[in-house]
Amino acid sequence: MLKLRRPSSSRSGRAILPAKQMQLAVLNGKKSKDTEEVSARCEMEFSMWGCLLLALFTASIGVEGIDRRGARTERISGSAGDVLDDNPVGKLKVYVYELPSKYNKKILHKDPRCLTHMFAAEIFMHQFLLTSAVRTLNPNEADWFYTPVYSTCDLAPNGLPLPFKSPRMMRSAIQLISARWPYWNRTEGADHFFLVPHDFGACFHYQEEKAIKRGILPLLQRSTLVQTFGQQNHVCLNDGSITIPPYAPPEKIMSHLIPPDTPRSIFVYFRGLFYDVNNDPEGGYYARGARASMWENFKNNPLFDISTDHPTTYYEDMQRAVFCLCPLGWAPWSPRLVEAVIFGCIPVIIADDIVLPFADAIPWEEIGVFVAEKDVPYLDTILTSIPVDVILRKQRLLANPSMKQAMLFPQPAQSGDAFHQILNGLARKLPHDKRIYLKPGEKVLNWTAGPVGDHKPW
Amino acid sequence: MKQLAALQQQGRRSNSFRSNSSPLDATVDGAIKSPATIFWLFLHGVCCLISLVLGFRFSRLVFFLLFSASPSPSTTTIYSALRTTLPVISSPQERNVSADGGGSRVVVGRHGILIRPWPHPDPAEVMKAHRIIERVQAEQRSQYGVKNPRTVIAITPTYVRTFQTLHLTGVMHSLMNMRYDLVWIVVEAGGTTNETASLIAKSGLKTIHIGVDGKMPLLWEDRHKFESRMRLHALRIVREKKLDGIVMFADDSNMHSLELFDEIQNVKWIGAVSVGILAHSGGSEEGDVLMRESDADEKDEKKSQIPVQGPACNASGNLAGWHTFDTRPFVERSAIYIGDRAVVLPRKLEWAGFVLNSRLVWEDVEGKPVWVKDLVEIGKDGEDIESPLSLLKDTSVVEPLGSCGRKVLLWWLRVEARADSKFPASWIIDPPLDITVPAKRTPWPDAPPELPAYVEKVTTIPENTEKRPAKSGSKRKRSSRSKRKHNAKVLDIRASTKHAGDN
Repeated sequence: MLKLRRPSSSRSGRAILPAKQMQLAVLNGKKSKDTEEVSARCEMEFSMWGCLLLALFTASIGVEGIDRRGARTERISGSAGDVLDDNPVGKLKVYVYELPSKYNKKILHKDPRCLTHMFAAEIFMHQFLLTSAVRTLNPNEADWFYTPVYSTCDLAPNGLPLPFKSPRMMRSAIQLISARWPYWNRTEGADHFFLVPHDFGACFHYQEEKAIKRGILPLLQRSTLVQTFGQQNHVCLNDGSITIPPYAPPEKIMSHLIPPDTPRSIFVYFRGLFYDVNNDPEGGYYARGARASMWENFKNNPLFDISTDHPTTYYEDMQRAVFCLCPLGWAPWSPRLVEAVIFGCIPVIIADDIVLPFADAIPWEEIGVFVAEKDVPYLDTILTSIPVDVILRKQRLLANPSMKQAMLFPQPAQSGDAFHQILNGLARKLPHDKRIYLKPGEKVLNWTAGPVGDHKPW
Repeated sequence: MKQLAALQQQGRRSNSFRSNSSPLDATVDGAIKSPATIFWLFLHGVCCLISLVLGFRFSRLVFFLLFSASPSPSTTTIYSALRTTLPVISSPQERNVSADGGGSRVVVGRHGILIRPWPHPDPAEVMKAHRIIERVQAEQRSQYGVKNPRTVIAITPTYVRTFQTLHLTGVMHSLMNMRYDLVWIVVEAGGTTNETASLIAKSGLKTIHIGVDGKMPLLWEDRHKFESRMRLHALRIVREKKLDGIVMFADDSNMHSLELFDEIQNVKWIGAVSVGILAHSGGSEEGDVLMRESDADEKDEKKSQIPVQGPACNASGNLAGWHTFDTRPFVERSAIYIGDRAVVLPRKLEWAGFVLNSRLVWEDVEGKPVWVKDLVEIGKDGEDIESPLSLLKDTSVVEPLGSCGRKVLLWWLRVEARADSKFPASWIIDPPLDITVPAKRTPWPDAPPELPAYVEKVTTIPENTEKRPAKSGSKRKRSSRSKRKHNAKVLDIRASTKHAGDN
């Protein structure tokens, strides 16, 4: 996943913020509202040194903020077969709002590239739900409500989605459904779910600092968010969100399969950037330095087949490798995980605190290897010291077809695929807590929260 | 993404310079000349200058250094674009484990790039990795490869001749590379010889070396028949020793692909594979004639010119017939005797294209199918057994292998030198060759025409490769005797190169 950075018309402070956050975090261990306000003011000022002194001052007071994150996501470890094979039909009913086509079809018509990029899950989910057995046309018996908004379909010429209009689009859609149907106001969205597959989910920005500053769109705070981004104790991941894998085109993947008896002769495989010179010229920001560390430590190691090449045999090579590295980029998730699982290559996940897709259904610790970012220089020691039977067991688990199926979004949908896992996840959250139903006239959401630009009608 | 990012990069780059200077402008506009502002202005200017010199944002580094002095949860090695100016601090042993209740804090922002002190592979770990790979591959084989692989019994008829080493080495290496258990039965015409024995001993394979009396005949026809006799003899050995496995016929000049050995594991009783027939000998005229012939043929009827012998299947995948090599274009010009410069033709169906379950030739075995004749009955009277099909009463039971004959897994080739051609025994030149100097006056029959010195040097160098320090004196004497300028030059060059070779 590649990142864009807008030219900053602003000020010195924009670049300060990262360093500041780091030092603050180091001092406090927690981000607090007060110091953030201070740093915001610093951005207006002109001297980094001034900010530094101010920050030191306030930090020494020791103002602690609230920990925004609650409990971490649970993982059910057990046989992969059980939960993955659940059939959601009969367990829940989903009502699909009929929004005007400007929210979905028209956008798709304008740019059909949305169907093949890694955020295409939002479109395919809509199409799946329209013809699925869990769909109900009677909203009164529905357990969940789905709003088909293609918020990740405003593409730049190079194909990357621009999230700048997405908050307004989402807000406009929610205004529509709250005006036209009574179900939103009934619970203020607590029994609604949205697909937000973009980099940082419903924070609607590709830059992590900006995304954190924005936070999840206030109107979506009570809804269930189905997103690809997942990191523990992060603003952009709410409790109860469902993490899904990024979209990978199934036909393309299946067309590159090689016979399973081709011996796996590559030990560690990785293809991708190590330094993002365009967006991170100084180095140290991209991937929190983990990818650069990978390169510097292992470029001379013949066991590590890593490079920035774009070979045409990328998929075939993954099937000839024992381990596939899946480090974070600008965001912790990546399509490499999906590819590794499908091609039977053990994923080596280098992303601290990441929340992996369907973490409550797939036993990721038993399938993959987790390496802390600080341990990247010792990756070879770590990987070679894994006992062989553990490796063989992981490969056996990966060979399980239900695992591979759960990572894919095939058209037409098949049982056990990612669509069904999403529905399973939603079904597991039923029945709804009685407390979500608000008394008439009661308002919890703040419709005026968020940056002013978001309130402009879309 | 790159284009848009590139555009933004322009903006950002200029921004990083502007960032230092724009606050400066702001203050000037503000027009508040307090000591504090002046102090900050001054500090800013200093920062600007340092950043200009260093080429990156100096203050960030200071922040980083200052605040990573406090307990940071990671080992820090500072990496920067200017490695020369900044120290590389590495403390790999220092690990402060900070375990909060909610897990470690992941911070946004600039992190150091951790490099360990010796970023090179450790040999012990490399060995461990290789063992892991081996084990993974063994597991793959056992899961997706053939279950219960059977021993391959390869029967190779051979005899001592110029091309024997070439051919036999090829077969040997193919057999050494395949991963099933092997028994290699080498049948030699004219009795076993040390030459062949030493050659096959180099393989390290389990071999049975037997000899058949009688010299290999000179004519191709007779040679084919003799080889069949040799193969039958080998089958009798299989019967005697009750060797269990899959019998395949690896003629020494054929080329086998490793897939062949994987494919023949699927045979139940008797199977047939497609054999590519490379019936081509040197001589371009052959090619031209061939082309003309093939054009004529195509006008007559649609005949496949595919040089393949093997099973032919019908639509449902059952054996329907046989493909054979069309020998009609070559019939007049085929080779008669071994070493003849003409096309060597194969027989209708070569032995090499068949594989048998060794139990077919055993004496009394339960479960032996009814359609097989007993080995003893065949070839008793010395009649020619063209192919293993003679073992069967009913040829329709043959199993077509290699996706019903569509895959060609081995190639048939017959390339031989003349029977009277000389070659050093087991290709070791001993005793050393006598030196031969082309004399100007009495040209050799095949000697090349008069050529300039450097070319002559090329032609004479190969004789130079042996070590004969004793004879160098006599060479010099000859050169002085010949009194030919360029010859002397040639010999001097030769002597000098020989000296180089000696050293």
